[in-house]
Amino acid sequence: MTMDMFKRVPVREQDPKVRATNFNEVCLGYNKEEAEAEAQRCLNCKKPFCVQGCPVSINIPGFIAKLKDGDVEGAYNVISESSALPAICGRVCPQETQCEGKCVRGIKGEAVSIGKLERYVADTAKEMGLKPQPAAEKNGKKVAVIGSGPAGLTCAGDLAKLGYDVTIFEALHKAGGVLVYGIPEFRLPKDAVVQKEIENVKSLGVKIELDCVIGKSTTIDSLLKEEGFDAVFIGSGAGLPRFMHIPGEQSLGVFSANEYLTRSNLMQAFKDESRTPIMKAKKCVVVGGGNVAMDAARTALRLGAETHIVYRRSDEELPARREEIEHAKHEGVIFNLLTNPTEIHADENGWVKSITCVKMELGEPDESGRRSPVVIPGSEFEIECDCVIMSLGTSPNPLIASTTEGLEVNRRKCIVADEATGMTSKENVYAGGDAVTGAATVILAMGAGKTAAKGIHEYLSDE
Amino acid sequence: MFRIIKKEQLAPNIYLMDVEAERIAKHALPGQFLIVRVDADGERIPLTICDYDPEKGIVQIVFQVIGGETYRMSLLEEGDSFHDMVGPLGRPSDLTELPVEELKNKKICFIAGGVGTAPVYCQLKWLKNNGVDVDCIQGARSSDLIILEDEMAAVSSLHVCTDDGSKGIKGNVCVALQQLIDEGHSFDRVVAIGPMIMMKFVCQLTKELGIETIVSMNPIMVDGTGMCGACRLTVGSEVKFACVDGPEFDGHQVNFDEAMKRMTLYKTEEGRLYLQAKEGDSHHGGCGMCD
Ligand SMILES: Cc1cc2nc3c(=O)[nH]c(=O)nc-3n(C[C@H](O)[C@H](O)[C@H](O)COP(=O)(O)OP(=O)(O)OC[C@H]3O[C@@H](n4cnc5c(N)ncnc54)[C@H](O)[C@@H]3O)c2cc1C
Ligand code: FES
Repeated sequence: MTMDMFKRVPVREQDPKVRATNFNEVCLGYNKEEAEAEAQRCLNCKKPFCVQGCPVSINIPGFIAKLKDGDVEGAYNVISESSALPAICGRVCPQETQCEGKCVRGIKGEAVSIGKLERYVADTAKEMGLKPQPAAEKNGKKVAVIGSGPAGLTCAGDLAKLGYDVTIFEALHKAGGVLVYGIPEFRLPKDAVVQKEIENVKSLGVKIELDCVIGKSTTIDSLLKEEGFDAVFIGSGAGLPRFMHIPGEQSLGVFSANEYLTRSNLMQAFKDESRTPIMKAKKCVVVGGGNVAMDAARTALRLGAETHIVYRRSDEELPARREEIEHAKHEGVIFNLLTNPTEIHADENGWVKSITCVKMELGEPDESGRRSPVVIPGSEFEIECDCVIMSLGTSPNPLIASTTEGLEVNRRKCIVADEATGMTSKENVYAGGDAVTGAATVILAMGAGKTAAKGIHEYLSDE
Repeated sequence: MFRIIKKEQLAPNIYLMDVEAERIAKHALPGQFLIVRVDADGERIPLTICDYDPEKGIVQIVFQVIGGETYRMSLLEEGDSFHDMVGPLGRPSDLTELPVEELKNKKICFIAGGVGTAPVYCQLKWLKNNGVDVDCIQGARSSDLIILEDEMAAVSSLHVCTDDGSKGIKGNVCVALQQLIDEGHSFDRVVAIGPMIMMKFVCQLTKELGIETIVSMNPIMVDGTGMCGACRLTVGSEVKFACVDGPEFDGHQVNFDEAMKRMTLYKTEEGRLYLQAKEGDSHHGGCGMCD
């Protein structure tokens, strides 16, 4: 195969017109030939900037070198040293601002497609039946993990490998956190990818108790005092939705992105045979510009709506992964940028009929360096719609903090935890992921789960 | 887990079940609710906890068949299990937080409508066990829909009323409350649990009468832990999530008209699913949803 070394091997995708009407995975990933060709583009830099860009410092040139030789198992082992969820991270990490953003190839051409290679390795390893190895011996110590998102799964997996008896407590009826209730099937297949990762964690001996809300069904203190756990890790995420508090927000047809996505993903409402209802809108306005907004918009589109993204800054500032923005555009999502809603109008039965917005312009950069949007006076206009989905970010649920004495939280309701160990203000209690940082990313949550597993192990080994 | 150890039919469409759910039974207090899923594809259905036995690890639920899911639940028999049951959710009734001496000095009247009777029973029993005597008005359309009458009478001074006069006072719960007051009763708190429309009218009356009133709201819910906002209500000038801020609120502050509108969100859809569940493949129209 002759190839232009400045360009990446293109990845196969479902046709935009076709995929806009189904929930199958959009990106089809590399095959063996494509992956090995793309691997050849890695320069194997002496000073690999890509590794610095990775929040969990995967030895990227190391795994790609194995791939060049066609050694998938070797590549998988290299990745597994640092990451527990490669099939997931290969699909959902914001590579363009992490590893790929730092790739030297990217200076003159296109960065190496590190994410797609990671995904190829993880998927192929799965087909080959490669699995993480359970601990040879149990050490007799018990750890409780709250939440089964990426932070909890990783922390539980790592501790089980070290010989701990680990139980995950999950509030919902299904494990996976945002991976199952938030991120849609067309981006992250549930059975083929997420369920497999959860099975892997279980095969290490981790128990999962579903339907258990810590703070309600039991408390951290009773886990420690009555149920005999030696330590607790809190990976409860940042699940609380925000609303705009504008007039009309209580109208029928206004949803939080969390509700809309939970219905579609966790409850599978996108399937005709599902017993959970979901509104099939004619024209839907999604407010926000992050990954969550893109997911909600692309879900509404697939359910048959003309879908608009309304975002108050410009294209450049959209916080979502670039790939998702491009995918959304190709599928036909309409972007109303530099636009902000001010009021929702309802018909006489209470159903949404339109939304009033104002145009914005970008002013001077604020302390964070981002240019803040300013309203253009007199720019009001109306968009007719029957559905509005609010995707304005989320914050940690206060349920655990309010029922656990001595657990310090900051003013954003995030649990305070030491970055190097995950230790909180309460003895034997550790935390990580979105519960600590506020809504962030899968890879950061996974990294925090790893850090805390190490922290817990060191602490309990010293006792 | 979540095995049904007792099932009883209380009225034509109302069922009572005792279910094994150790964690819920151990931590529950009056006023809280739980969420059940009947099978692996089930909807998440919120139900107020009607009784709990921490020693035996058993909770009691009472539900009325109103849609596909509750119909499926009614088909379960003793020995069968629910797929999921999570709780206790929401905040306990604030009565459980008041000093018992203060409660004994309060003149409280409970108002129970329809299946709302069961959660009221839970509170009455708790009060009785703490030595607090209260009045209770229990209303239904007709006598055959009056449920748990003996149990209710054992834990309160019970006043039954029916719309058609087939039992007790003739008239709805508002008529009954007015009658009690005309007869010389006086109350400084009303707790009303039942259909939203009933709670709305009770609140209108008690506002005129100047009696503080607590209601238990049951809007559409998904997770029940504050994660989705499906259950949001306007209370006073604020938006509250019923599943974590409630389910009990100051009834004079609740915007009932909005709450009732929000209940209709999936109404047609629910009706369709109910017929589908009940009639299976034999469903041939009539639901307004199919061709
Ligand atoms: C729609 C959507 C799309 C996203 N897209 C991306 C993306 O493309 N790339 C990316 O990197 N990140 C993305 N994110 C962010 C990413 O998913 C999160 O940062 C990550 O999942 C956080 O992991 P976590 O383990 O900390 O928490 P979560 O994944 O939120 O898991 C927390 C779990 O804890 C459970 N829980 C909460 N409270 C309790 C309790 N009291 N008792 C028991 N269990 C409890 C919850 O039910 C949940 O299952 C997205 C998020 C959303 C919502
Ligand atoms: S039911 Fe989801 S927030 Fe209340």
